[in-house]
Amino acid sequence: MLNLLAQQAPNELVEGLTAVGRGIVYGGAAIGPGIGIGLVVGNAIQAMARQPEAAGMVRTTMFLGIAFTEALALFGFVLAFIISG
Amino acid sequence: MILGLEFPPISHLVEWPTIFGSGPFAVNKVVLLMWASVAIVFAVYFIGGRKRELVPTGAQNLAESTIEFIDDQIVMQTMGVEGLRFTPFLMTLFTFIFVCNIWEIIPGIQMPVTARIALPIFLALLVYVIYNFVGIVRQGPISYLKNIMFIPGVPWPMYILLTPIELITRFITQPLSLAVRLFANLLAGHLLLVSFAVITQALFEATVVGAALPFTLLVFLSGFELLVAFLQAYIFTILAAVYIDAAMHPQH
Repeated sequence: MLNLLAQQAPNELVEGLTAVGRGIVYGGAAIGPGIGIGLVVGNAIQAMARQPEAAGMVRTTMFLGIAFTEALALFGFVLAFIISG
Repeated sequence: MILGLEFPPISHLVEWPTIFGSGPFAVNKVVLLMWASVAIVFAVYFIGGRKRELVPTGAQNLAESTIEFIDDQIVMQTMGVEGLRFTPFLMTLFTFIFVCNIWEIIPGIQMPVTARIALPIFLALLVYVIYNFVGIVRQGPISYLKNIMFIPGVPWPMYILLTPIELITRFITQPLSLAVRLFANLLAGHLLLVSFAVITQALFEATVVGAALPFTLLVFLSGFELLVAFLQAYIFTILAAVYIDAAMHPQH
């Protein structure tokens, strides 16, 4: 039956599967960095609560950590656009 | 049509029509903005460096505070006193990337130059060539490769696992991630701002009051993009400093 579908509308099948692929790529890429950024910011909040004098340094390092982990999610985002049907 | 909105195709957002020239020398809006960024960076440091007042004001203040920021927060944190030779390179890199990013939120010219991947790839290649060159000159080519591949102080069976990882990290992943991190952050911000602008316009045509909420969100997102522009320039520069430091002083 898949052969029949492929013969009738090959373009639509390919487009549909490409869309599913793109969704899986970005969806899978967003899980890890979501957890990672949560961990970084959570530990930063704890550190700032324990020692408010160090809040400036902790905040700077927190932004650094966020940018690193966010890069991984954005790799997936870019790849989702690159995948072409 | 997505949810009834006429969303423009992605190519309309990042591919601009050629103004003059042809082929690889075609000049479009992005190229003009890049030239404008170069002119602005040059003007800031040239005009800022002409006077030598003891209490700086105006352009001299801007140039001096940027150089102090790079010196204290980037070079001294990563490379120490030896790295002060790289301050001119790092300050130009930082200011250029920041000005290129900031075009995204300037009303009327809302297009970040770094949203086209050619510029981040070029900057990442520049940093790649520089840190490899510094490593080879500082340690000699054989010793440089040996320090990358065989980290001292590790039992020898671990080398089977560590050496490919270290090689791929140093020579492939680091420059690639440097380029893609800058490009993807800026492109994602640009797409986000365009999405909210399309929603605002669609709701404005339907009922004028309905556009108030997306417009407020658009303003706040522009403020967030200002933070992202500065942060990405800072991250690129501090990573360049860290890689040059790793090439100069192979610790572990």
